[in-house]
Amino acid sequence: MEWEKDRIRNFCIIAHIDHGKSTLADRLLEYTGSLSGREMTDQVLDQMDLERERGITIKMQAVRLNYRARDGLEYQLNLIDTPGHVDFSYEVSRSLAACEGALLVVDAAQGIEAQTLANVYLALEHNLEIIPVINKIDLPSAQPETVKKEIEDVIGLDTDQAVLASAKSGFGVEEILEKIVSLVPPPGGQSQAPLRALIFDSHYDPYKGVIAYVRVMEGSVLCGMQVKMMATGKEFEVNEVGIFKPSLTSVGALHTGEVGFIAASIKNVKDCRVGDTVTDARQPAPVPLPGYRKATPMVYCGLYMVDSVDYGDLREALEKLSLNDASLIYEPETSEALGFGFRCGFLGLLHMEIIQERLEREYGLNLITTAPNVVYRVTTTAGEVIEIENPSKMPPAGKMAMIEEPFVKATIMAPKDYVGAVMELCQERRGIFSNMEYLSVNRVMMLYDMPLSEIIYDFFDQLKSRTKGYASLDYELSGYKESDLVKLDVVIANEVLDALSVIVHKDKAYYRGRQLVEKLRGLIPRHLFEVPIQAAIGNKVIARETVKAVRKDVIAKCYGGDITRKRKLLEKQKEGKKRMKQVGSVEIPQEAFMAVLSLGEK
Amino acid sequence: MALGVYVHVPFCIRKCLYCSFTSYPVNRELTETYLTALAREINMYGSALSHTERAVSSVFVGGGTPSCLPVAGLKAIFDQLGSSFLFLPGCEITVEVNPGTVDDVYLNGLLEAGVNRLSIGVQSLQDHLLDELGRIHKAGQALDAVNLARKAGFRNLNLDFIFGIPGQTGAAWAATLGGALALAPEHVSVYGLQIEENTPLARAVASGQTTPCPEELELGMYLAAIDSLTQNGYEHYEISNFARPGRQCAHNLVYWQNRPYLGLGPAAHSFFRGERFANETSVARYSQKLCREEYPVETREKITPETEMAETMFLGLRLLQGVDLNMFYHRFGRRAEVVYRREIAGLVKEGLVEFAGERLRLTARGLPLANRVFGEFV
Repeated sequence: MEWEKDRIRNFCIIAHIDHGKSTLADRLLEYTGSLSGREMTDQVLDQMDLERERGITIKMQAVRLNYRARDGLEYQLNLIDTPGHVDFSYEVSRSLAACEGALLVVDAAQGIEAQTLANVYLALEHNLEIIPVINKIDLPSAQPETVKKEIEDVIGLDTDQAVLASAKSGFGVEEILEKIVSLVPPPGGQSQAPLRALIFDSHYDPYKGVIAYVRVMEGSVLCGMQVKMMATGKEFEVNEVGIFKPSLTSVGALHTGEVGFIAASIKNVKDCRVGDTVTDARQPAPVPLPGYRKATPMVYCGLYMVDSVDYGDLREALEKLSLNDASLIYEPETSEALGFGFRCGFLGLLHMEIIQERLEREYGLNLITTAPNVVYRVTTTAGEVIEIENPSKMPPAGKMAMIEEPFVKATIMAPKDYVGAVMELCQERRGIFSNMEYLSVNRVMMLYDMPLSEIIYDFFDQLKSRTKGYASLDYELSGYKESDLVKLDVVIANEVLDALSVIVHKDKAYYRGRQLVEKLRGLIPRHLFEVPIQAAIGNKVIARETVKAVRKDVIAKCYGGDITRKRKLLEKQKEGKKRMKQVGSVEIPQEAFMAVLSLGEK
Repeated sequence: MALGVYVHVPFCIRKCLYCSFTSYPVNRELTETYLTALAREINMYGSALSHTERAVSSVFVGGGTPSCLPVAGLKAIFDQLGSSFLFLPGCEITVEVNPGTVDDVYLNGLLEAGVNRLSIGVQSLQDHLLDELGRIHKAGQALDAVNLARKAGFRNLNLDFIFGIPGQTGAAWAATLGGALALAPEHVSVYGLQIEENTPLARAVASGQTTPCPEELELGMYLAAIDSLTQNGYEHYEISNFARPGRQCAHNLVYWQNRPYLGLGPAAHSFFRGERFANETSVARYSQKLCREEYPVETREKITPETEMAETMFLGLRLLQGVDLNMFYHRFGRRAEVVYRREIAGLVKEGLVEFAGERLRLTARGLPLANRVFGEFV
């Protein structure tokens, strides 16, 4: 199709997890014939195994759809898929900057959720045209009118143009496409101006180097062109220009308003920063496009190998993963107990879990992950301010004048019957109530100021279980506040295990310490000697448990000649041992390092 | 090398609460199917084995409850075995019998069939503990069975006992041991009760209905058995087994010395011509395959030299005299001390194994922790 800027529509989809975003994307691809039946699988745009398995979108994807509208003209629609989870709101804001419109997909039975709201606000900030889509209207429990009213009351969006749809059956898909054509404005920008293209994502290809995903804002980019990255000043010759169909497909050029990719044999991912502006090296634009704020890691944890000898494998894997994930931050660190490893920063717990799982699956690493923590800000008695990313690096109590911890503004939405349960949970987690609002007769939105450390500590699971899964949560960093915090150390077989140190609120220290040693007693296997486990604050032991020595371990019966079975049992025993970390003379299972996260509530 | 032959009889009057072996409630029709199929299997091996392979040094008929079968059925099995295999002089022929299933006629029949050793599942001499295990017999019947066996003329008896039964006290175990000595068997096996998955006992423990025997108490019972049996003229020759001089169980030694054996009958296991294989567990499938003239094997595994060495170690260490390191060298062309240098060094340091002459064996400390030791060799 000939390039005609007025017939380009760039849009994204905003939705809560499970509200049907990926299914809707599948239907749009199908309806526009962008994929043959053979190429069609469920969740086409979620390419990672992990995404399919978990039913979530982690990495954004883009795809071009060609659509002949009712007006008889053919339009180029660029869909930029976005992740729905709070951890990845950073990625959402990136894709929003490349679009003029957004489909707001809301489940007709469940209504607006906290994360949807956050993303809608982001879209409004970017002046995007928002088209509400009430999805799953074929569900018996669908209440499209109530949901419409919610959208009007809570977001203040006009729902006259809202589309009723069922991504599952395909109902409403054509109408959605028509609305995109009629409501989303075509891209602006001067096609004769010097090139300015926004890099909204990238991925690393072992053969082609870094592939930059771009939205051309002004001018054109052609194959063979010499381009310059405006932030880094690096120049490259473009050797491939293409579009997403959704597989990468070469075209000769990308023009103003179009979405696609460029490859220029860029070997170093740092030379092609997401958020940077690509311009023509021979005729550079005077000013770059507005970039993105850099993603700041919210949580940190230590990653180590069960067998320290494999440290190099871990470094290599992290290097490779970070090529495609700019928000993954890692730095070498050393633990007395675990040896060489890395302190890694993540956008949130899901992000951390995903990285951990990918390292184990895609790179076959046998990992130990320490419990995640937030970044603490310590003012020493000497007046120096330091940031602590690893609890074991906390200075001794006598050297600290003040500890501050990050707080978030948490937005929780839940049916009104669960307001009590939610408030109770927030209170237990040191939350400070700030506001409450009825979204509809039945649904309530609550706002809390809360320490981020409490959120990463099993908060989401608790919230879900106490509201039977009905509550949703979103949060954003609001700043640092002083707190009464202490470092809780764990001493195993009379040695402090630095990797198990956690920072907790003083009022909860005893309780957590007790729970932690009890949990560890259950996790640490019995040895041929007694293993004492203690929790301590400074030099003061606050809880103690003992793993008793094993006295008897013998399979008495001969199993009538079934030696294979016996060997398998012994092999299993050995396999279990291999997955443990030898610390001094004690073998500690991987789960023990995360034990503090799953202590449960009283 | 002479072969051990095991015959599995997968029938019981009632399955015991702790049992995870393959067994079916005894019924006439199934028994017929079984006996016919077993005869076929024995014949198949008879025609497939070379003359030297046919030499048999021990036969063990176990179960299940072999004494569930009519004595004529067992006799028929021995006839078949006799025509397919060559029983070496002094061949040990054992049948497992359960108290309450045999009388003098039955026992005389076994003797006539050539059986020269009985293994009697006494398990306990306390009725309430037998109930706890779900055994069908009472202690009195066990004593009767032993007396009947002696009267019939059996000169080589093994008695099986279980310790660590829920509710069992140290005193009760001591009384059972005393009772065992009074019966003067040639061989005694004492097994710690294992709570196997998917048994009624495991479910009772999981639901809290039954409290397992505390580890310390179980250990105490084990050590008490060793004391009392060794002080009364029994040699402790394997982790769970004790014998009068010259009365060690030849058949079980085949397993512990990792020598070849053929298992016949459903769910029986074999180690033969460098492979381990297991027969179909269901009588129906077992019989179907044999009707089609196929070996009734369900799973088969080729044993690599590495695996065979590991098995030789962890099986041989079950014997108190340990693994004969020279025999190991002759068998594999490599020295165990070299192959397992690191493992052995660690175990010696922990005081779990020791060298004694040309052998490597468990120490007294290693004995109750034998699994920890075995695990190092796989």
